[in-house]
Amino acid sequence: MHRILARQTLSPNVTRLDVHAPRIAQIRQAGQFVIVHLAENAERIPLTIADSNPETGAISLVIQAVGKSTHELVGLNIGDSIRDVAGPLGHPTEMIAAGHALCIGGGVGTAVVHPIAQGLHQRGVRVTSVIGGRSREWVIFERELQRYGQVVVCTDDGSYGRKGFVTDAAKEILAADKVDMVYAVGPVPMMRAVANLTRGLGVRTIVSLNPVMIDGTGMCGGCRVSLGGETRFACVDGPEFDGHLVNFDELQDRLSTYREFEQRSIACAAGTCRMEKNTSSPA
Amino acid sequence: MSARITTKQRMQITRQAMPEQAAAARAANFLEVNLGLPERLALLEADRCLQCKDPRCMQGCPVGVNIPKFIDLLTAGKIAEAAQSLLCDNALPAVTGRVCPQETQCEAVCVRAAKGLPVGVGYLERYVADWARDHRDQLPQVRPQPTGKKVAIVGSGPAGLTAAGELARRGHDVTIYEALHKPGGVLVYGIPEFRLPKKIVAQEVERLTAAGVKIECNVVIGRTYTIPELQEKFDAIFIANGAGLPVFMNVPGENYKGVYSANEYLTRINLMAAYDFPRSDTPVLNGQRVAVVGGGNVAMDAVRTAKRLGAQAAMIVYRRTHDELPARAEEVHHAEHEGVKFEFLTAPVEVIGNDKRWVTGMKCQKMKLGEPDSSGRRRPEVIPGSEFVLDCDVVVVAIGTRANPLLTATCPDLKLNKWGNIVADENGQTSIPGVFAGGDIVRGAATVILAMGDGKKSAQAIDTYLAGIPKPAGLTMAA
Repeated sequence: MHRILARQTLSPNVTRLDVHAPRIAQIRQAGQFVIVHLAENAERIPLTIADSNPETGAISLVIQAVGKSTHELVGLNIGDSIRDVAGPLGHPTEMIAAGHALCIGGGVGTAVVHPIAQGLHQRGVRVTSVIGGRSREWVIFERELQRYGQVVVCTDDGSYGRKGFVTDAAKEILAADKVDMVYAVGPVPMMRAVANLTRGLGVRTIVSLNPVMIDGTGMCGGCRVSLGGETRFACVDGPEFDGHLVNFDELQDRLSTYREFEQRSIACAAGTCRMEKNTSSPA
Repeated sequence: MSARITTKQRMQITRQAMPEQAAAARAANFLEVNLGLPERLALLEADRCLQCKDPRCMQGCPVGVNIPKFIDLLTAGKIAEAAQSLLCDNALPAVTGRVCPQETQCEAVCVRAAKGLPVGVGYLERYVADWARDHRDQLPQVRPQPTGKKVAIVGSGPAGLTAAGELARRGHDVTIYEALHKPGGVLVYGIPEFRLPKKIVAQEVERLTAAGVKIECNVVIGRTYTIPELQEKFDAIFIANGAGLPVFMNVPGENYKGVYSANEYLTRINLMAAYDFPRSDTPVLNGQRVAVVGGGNVAMDAVRTAKRLGAQAAMIVYRRTHDELPARAEEVHHAEHEGVKFEFLTAPVEVIGNDKRWVTGMKCQKMKLGEPDSSGRRRPEVIPGSEFVLDCDVVVVAIGTRANPLLTATCPDLKLNKWGNIVADENGQTSIPGVFAGGDIVRGAATVILAMGDGKKSAQAIDTYLAGIPKPAGLTMAA
């Protein structure tokens, strides 16, 4: 069992949980994730580790409530426990050793950008972050990222920072400054737009993918993505890939596989749907 | 052997049929198909064993169960002793009694098979093992003298559990590391409830933990700890982390929504209980027409599962014929009775989807059998111009797995073959002293019982290895 040590609401549906997982807190590296399994009947959910504290044994997970299982996770309070946390999984971020990195985060993806910026900063790389959200309340990790370099904030509605998309701000920075590597994490359309932008400029771009995943150890193949026409498993080969090679259309499509199920699951949890009779359950 | 019954009388008894759920009923539920022999039939079946002086059945058993001995004890009314004898040879008899391909092992070489049907060794093993599960208090608890030697086992599947049982019985301090949240490996994520109830796996695991075996779930070796890190804490290591990555067909359309690997399909349903959605949170696409590609045990498990989830058509698509199906005979037989359709001599060339990228069918080619290939099986050859579309809304790919790189990539001294499987000798010894390996990570995809055989042999080799190293535990073995 893994106790919740701290809890913080970052946005209307984004919550940060600090979870006790001492071994993972000790060895995790930027870019790695854990699989979280709240209870017996819950889903296994992959979550990127946003931060850790080896002294308290805490790992920080930033969770956007989307399906029933994520809603239950964000509903946890200090002292509650998560049944299973496995990791750290996936490859650590490919970091440049020197130069200038542009870190772009959209929405909850900003939490994933955080350890990357942190790691780059520790290596002495100059970091510029561009982060965004729909409006002011959706902008997260701004203060944390400011520790590692300049932060440009964008909101879709202009309620905070610049009005517009993160790609607009990124485009200006790429035009004005030499950038050695771009790291982009956020919704699929955002990562696709960044990859399209940097492809033309010839700037290597790393994206972190979050496909449907079950075991996280390579066993199920549900997280397969197409990379330059070849199949890769996000859990063992990723989760970070060369953004210029990722088939984002396919990724977005596969992410929609269980949308109807998610809605049914939420409705049932809220008591607004009748539990379906299931004749095929074991005794 | 008692003179209660003559050989002639034994020969006159015909093989007892395994009672099973009626096909129509079981095709709509996940309850176990085989119900187990009742006492009377089990004792009758046991009397069919001729108690050969040179029992060939034992040589046919990968874990070397003393088959005539436990059957003889059973016929003599000493079931507790029969159970003890069986458990001494086989750490998981309730599992093997259900999932072993007896027809190619012990029963294949039974002398009674020469004239008629072999002794139902699997049925009797299951009978005795189930008795043992229900009467644990009647079995002596032998507590071995602790040796002070520590062994780490990677993976709690059939190989790992077997090795754990053997090593614990010899007094070693055993810790199993399991990557998933529940112990059992393929026994819980792969093999369906109707063939191997999860309760039975849980009880077998519990018997091992009661014997002192420690199991730590959610530990991914290669990530949470590496093999070199384990070497610092343990005197020996047995790697049995299983098959790993599913192989896909590499045809267009394979990433459409509705295409699963058999591992994903079965894991969703078995481990994550997707059959019980929305009570269970993990969903699975309930296909109306499910095409399962492949002809092995995993394919049979997947297609029979699809049937139980309500598929109107549950189909096996296999490029050879019925005679070449690698699956266990009973599984094929059960699938046929449950209404599974078999598309033989058929090979997929493309998965077809609609404009929303949902699977709507699979373009296939008809095949014919040509000359035998290196495996001795006749090679399937394409019949030109034979393409057709098989309508389906879910495709399950069950054509095998390849080695998982997670562990091996973080242990550079471990010698691998060209497919990424760990190289180990017949005793499981790898290229690193004190590190042994067995099961699918060595063999590629094989069976539960072969993995168990590896676990048993490796445990014996580990025991010998441990006897040769100095007593104080916890010493560093890194070279």
